[in-house]
Amino acid sequence: MSCGCNDYIDPLIPQIAVIKSIRTDTKDVSTFIVEKPEGGKCFDFKPGQCAMVSVPPIGEAIFSITSSPTEKNFMEFSIKRCGKVTEYLHNLEVDTEIGVRGPYGNNFPVNDELIGKDLLFIAGGIGLAPLRSVINYVMDNRDAYGKVDIVYGARTSGDLVHRNDIFKNWPASVNTNVHLTVDREEDGWDGNVGFVPNYVKELKFETNKVALVCGPPIMIKYVLLALEELGFSKDQVYTTLELKMKCGIGKCGRCNIGDKYVCKDGPVFRCDEIKQLPDEY
Amino acid sequence: MKKITLDKLSELYIRISQEYDLFVPSDEEGVVSFTPWKDDSNVDFDVLKTNLSPKSFIFPQCETLFNFKSEGKKLSIERLKNDENKFLIFGVRPCDVKAFHLLDNVFLREPMDRLYEEKRNRGTIISMGCIEPEDTCFCNSFNIDPLCAQKGVDVFTLKIKNNIFWKVETQKGRDLTVMLSGLLEEASEDDLKEIELVKESLNSKLEELPYFNIDPQKIDRSLIELFESNVWDEISKSCLGCGSCTYVCPTCHCYDIQDYDGGKGGERFRCWDSCMYSDFTLMAHGNPRTTQKERFRQRFMHKLVYYPNNFNEYACVGCGRCVEKCPVNMNIVKVIRELGGENK
Repeated sequence: MSCGCNDYIDPLIPQIAVIKSIRTDTKDVSTFIVEKPEGGKCFDFKPGQCAMVSVPPIGEAIFSITSSPTEKNFMEFSIKRCGKVTEYLHNLEVDTEIGVRGPYGNNFPVNDELIGKDLLFIAGGIGLAPLRSVINYVMDNRDAYGKVDIVYGARTSGDLVHRNDIFKNWPASVNTNVHLTVDREEDGWDGNVGFVPNYVKELKFETNKVALVCGPPIMIKYVLLALEELGFSKDQVYTTLELKMKCGIGKCGRCNIGDKYVCKDGPVFRCDEIKQLPDEY
Repeated sequence: MKKITLDKLSELYIRISQEYDLFVPSDEEGVVSFTPWKDDSNVDFDVLKTNLSPKSFIFPQCETLFNFKSEGKKLSIERLKNDENKFLIFGVRPCDVKAFHLLDNVFLREPMDRLYEEKRNRGTIISMGCIEPEDTCFCNSFNIDPLCAQKGVDVFTLKIKNNIFWKVETQKGRDLTVMLSGLLEEASEDDLKEIELVKESLNSKLEELPYFNIDPQKIDRSLIELFESNVWDEISKSCLGCGSCTYVCPTCHCYDIQDYDGGKGGERFRCWDSCMYSDFTLMAHGNPRTTQKERFRQRFMHKLVYYPNNFNEYACVGCGRCVEKCPVNMNIVKVIRELGGENK
């Protein structure tokens, strides 16, 4: 089914999907809207899960799914141009067919630990991609969660992704605050200026929340310290990790941190779990 | 228990090869490896370690996942037709059979690896016990009895003097034995006594092996303590990162997936990869294992700590191939000793 050979599901064989549209977010990030050729979503998934995107003959790479599972008809991938596969993807046109397989990994506990809680999302740069899936899921099930704060920063205002959401949709939602920041002063920017970890400290969040953090490794590191300073305990904080992957199903042996495979046991980890892992990521 | 005398083996090979693709350990220019049986094969049941382990029968060094065609904006994917021939490997040693089981843990866990599963189902294994262990053998350190059938063996054999003793272990083995009726005869009381004597003498042989005292269970530090141990700085120094150990290892299962571009069409294939290589974990934004120390540590932590945490078994079977093949004489035995895994 998923591999186009009806009798037999081989997890390493992608299904064909088609790029229905492409949204240019920044100079090096675009969001690809993907469907099955006959229409509809390629497969169901949960917020935070990933998929392998294939562009033969260039190869395959793993990406977080940036759309919410509540989107019934398509999936979105926000992809930064930074390597071979992503460079090739950025040169594709609408209606091009690609391969997709998944979903892989675990998810943010939207139906467990997050239910009824106030949520604090903290993202940097393209790190908003996996969190956006959760944020939009929360927006579509708004009554199930408490207050939402979103802290999002990038190098420059031109590097902020999902501009429609961060400037329009989310600030207009009930009980939701969006706090934007850029690294340096720039003309025409009247939001906050400064790095995300410092901004988190300045905003002095109360600790009666669950924090979900994603961004470049160095940002994650300092955000976790900032949250600790504010009094958050490690079991109140979730983040996602990323390592090189080939199979996505815990067999090719590439993405382990200690005895955990990021593709299978992650990518979402609670910070008290991360503390048990060797420092190799 | 049945038996066959050595002079009838050619007849046995002929019969088996009528039904199966038969592979035997054969000596070609001094190198013993599992190769397709032919009338003139120089079958060698005395060398214990084939050059490469038989893992390539179930997990080939390189295999195609599917063919693809990309024309304009269209992409099509075509799965290959499975090979349907049954195959039989004759003479797989207990350590290598145990390694199949360790690979099963990884590949047959959900979601199952279909190419692996398909090969595993097509294969029949005739295992052969070891009555003369070699100096680089240390299977006993991983609780493998060189004279006993491991789980997954269809027929277990022992070569003693002029006979090969034959013990059926599974239905597949029973079917094979029925097919070979007439060639196999019942073992006598005297034969059974002789097997007992061989078993008794093996114990003292094992005790005299240089690595007999190696015992990974004596490693008693936690994952983090072992990871952070400064032992790795010293023992990883000589490692060249050549990856030989991972290629000869019957339990190493890391693989790469790559596309072959043949113009309009091509194929996606997977091939063995090695955690010893510098680009193994290299990403567009960096590499979590930048030096050989980290790669070296990964390999042995995986075998001795990470894999056991996930499957309750060590990912080493003590076959000793890496001990023989490492160009700088660094190996898992030295690592286990450094980590304290030795009975003194």
